[in-house]
Amino acid sequence: MATETLTLGKALNAGLRRALENDPKVVIMGEDVGKLGGVFRITDGLQKDFGDQRVIDTPLAESGIIGTAVGLAIRGYRPVCEIQFDGFVYPAYDQIVSQVAKMHYRSRGKLNIPMVIRIPFGGGIGAVEHHSESPEAYFAHTAGLKVVSCANPQDAYVMIQQAIASDDPIVFLEPKRRYWEKGTVDLDAPLSEAYPLHASRVARAGTDATLLAYGPMVRTCLDAATAAAEDGRNLEVIDLRTLSPLDLGVVYESVRRTGRAVVVHEAPSNLGMGAEVAARITEECFYSLESPVLRVAGFDTPYPAARVEEEYLPDLDRVLDAVDRTFGW
Amino acid sequence: MAKGDPGAPARGRRAAPRSRKATTGDPELVQLLTPEGERIESVTGPDGTEYRVDFTDEEYRGLYRDLVLVRKLDAEATALQRQGELGIWASLLGQEAAQVGSGRALRTQDMAFPTYREHGVLYCRGIDPIMPLGLFRGVDQGGWDPNEFKFNMYTIVIGAQTLHATGYAMGVAMDGKTGTDDGEAVIAYFGDGATSQGDVNEAFVWAGVFNSPLVFFCQNNQYAISEPLERQTRIPLYRRAAGFGFPGIRVDGNDVLATYAVTRHALDTARHGQGPSLIEAYTYRMGAHTTSDDPTRYRIASEVEAWQAKDPIARMKSFLEREKIADAAFFTEVDEQARREAVDLRERVLAMPNPEPDTIFDHVYPNGSPLLDQQREQFSRYLESFEGSVH
Repeated sequence: MATETLTLGKALNAGLRRALENDPKVVIMGEDVGKLGGVFRITDGLQKDFGDQRVIDTPLAESGIIGTAVGLAIRGYRPVCEIQFDGFVYPAYDQIVSQVAKMHYRSRGKLNIPMVIRIPFGGGIGAVEHHSESPEAYFAHTAGLKVVSCANPQDAYVMIQQAIASDDPIVFLEPKRRYWEKGTVDLDAPLSEAYPLHASRVARAGTDATLLAYGPMVRTCLDAATAAAEDGRNLEVIDLRTLSPLDLGVVYESVRRTGRAVVVHEAPSNLGMGAEVAARITEECFYSLESPVLRVAGFDTPYPAARVEEEYLPDLDRVLDAVDRTFGW
Repeated sequence: MAKGDPGAPARGRRAAPRSRKATTGDPELVQLLTPEGERIESVTGPDGTEYRVDFTDEEYRGLYRDLVLVRKLDAEATALQRQGELGIWASLLGQEAAQVGSGRALRTQDMAFPTYREHGVLYCRGIDPIMPLGLFRGVDQGGWDPNEFKFNMYTIVIGAQTLHATGYAMGVAMDGKTGTDDGEAVIAYFGDGATSQGDVNEAFVWAGVFNSPLVFFCQNNQYAISEPLERQTRIPLYRRAAGFGFPGIRVDGNDVLATYAVTRHALDTARHGQGPSLIEAYTYRMGAHTTSDDPTRYRIASEVEAWQAKDPIARMKSFLEREKIADAAFFTEVDEQARREAVDLRERVLAMPNPEPDTIFDHVYPNGSPLLDQQREQFSRYLESFEGSVH
């Protein structure tokens, strides 16, 4: 078994490489994905090994990237589009929401758009504006799209391959501040036996309260759970992994045991993923709840200047403050 | 209909009396059939390309038949809307030659990406003309198989399909399907209003950069709902192509022969791997934008009358009569066929069933979704709760 220690970014690179090897119809396209290997080097070396017909440096226009990828998909290709940063996806919003998401439905199933839209998302890297946003709710709200996010190198390696192999159009959110975090990755694990793409998973078992997160906030919640353990509180952490469709069976089971749930994300609180998760937990676990489901999220402001982003972003202390409040209800 | 076989009997060749040079000056345009129905044998475009057609008499009659049928079915659809049987209809009235000329220029292997007004191209592709009526009646969202007929679904969002066509054309090139007479080409339809859209300009950039086997076919019908061409552009639209690095040409879009010749040339250029081009088919939307529109609010009757004199069908009929390619019995027979097909269309539209309510949940995802399964089941139980009750 070839188990290696890789960063999350390198794991994505390895997953993309394997997808290119396994299916000649897979093409990677985006700005600077070729010779440069992407601004985060996620596609590093792929154009060199697979050629510029498989790893395509596109003109600088996001709607063009997604729109031409739709045409390639109709032609039988499986495009993997890189949007360079979260804040640059909006020029492609019409193509994603009106075209990618609806093509299968409008054609009564005659057309598939097996496209993956990779978006490095979230803050915490000290970037200038438009480089730190969390647009997941826009896409999770759109019928016809599926939305997932990976939180560790093993998932990054497997989930990107699963997303590419899926016939559904998938927005694949990569936690850019975690690109450099390391973990062990089983490079030979067969995809057919992997944990399902659209399934949540317990990242840390606990008994006293349930923390729910995805992408970059999974690490934050695990750290919070470690800190809470020192105070004698045993927190369960669930990595949601799939944001559309949500997979909340494991969440309901957890909340029925703990009676307390806190949803954590970087995106603004108002009408964010946390609102949907809280509503569904309330419907399903009403008589098990010891307190309302609380949210720890970005504020309902534009993403702030980098020197105050640490105040904006949910962190260990804000997560534990919310946990405390569920106990003080 | 295929272009005339070079070895076909000479009987079919009409010795046309004159030829002329087209210049690049606005409003010059490629024309092979004048509004009076006079044939121009050939026209040399600004790049030296000679445009001509070489049809047999039967093929000329076939084009006329297409034009009449397409207009009649369109008129029937408008009537169905007026009678409340369609929610809305986007008529192609006046644009028959642009659509039949380009549609018949396509070879079987070529792929087309339409807007929502290409009923004439759809007809040429062999798709049952009832298909778009399902969309406008509201019983489906376009029922044909795009890959079977090489004709994508209608696209309502203005210009979005030009990018799809460009990506598809990139795929054709990546598949190695260009460079021979049997190569594949792609055509993207759009209107004058769409040329202001970012997507169309991005498609121009992409197709130019990747040298895609693509024909951009712009039907300039002079209006984007109420806004005249002057609100979209300062220069003739075909000249935009130069800035993107590929040829652009303006053709008389009310001349089915010139439209055929220009489109066939552009498609062949594309299929041979020689890159994209832009055709501006200069035409006029004789009717409203859609049945919801009132063009008397923004254009004057004399303008419409001036274009009436350039009618695409009348000039073809004059030509057929003048050259004795068709007789009165033929015209009567075509009209009768059109009438029959219109009646048939009407009957089948009226018989279209409404979809079952739970089909709302079909085909959202190829792999399904547990959320939708749950909603479908809940909705089904809700509907069942009414069974047996009077309401």
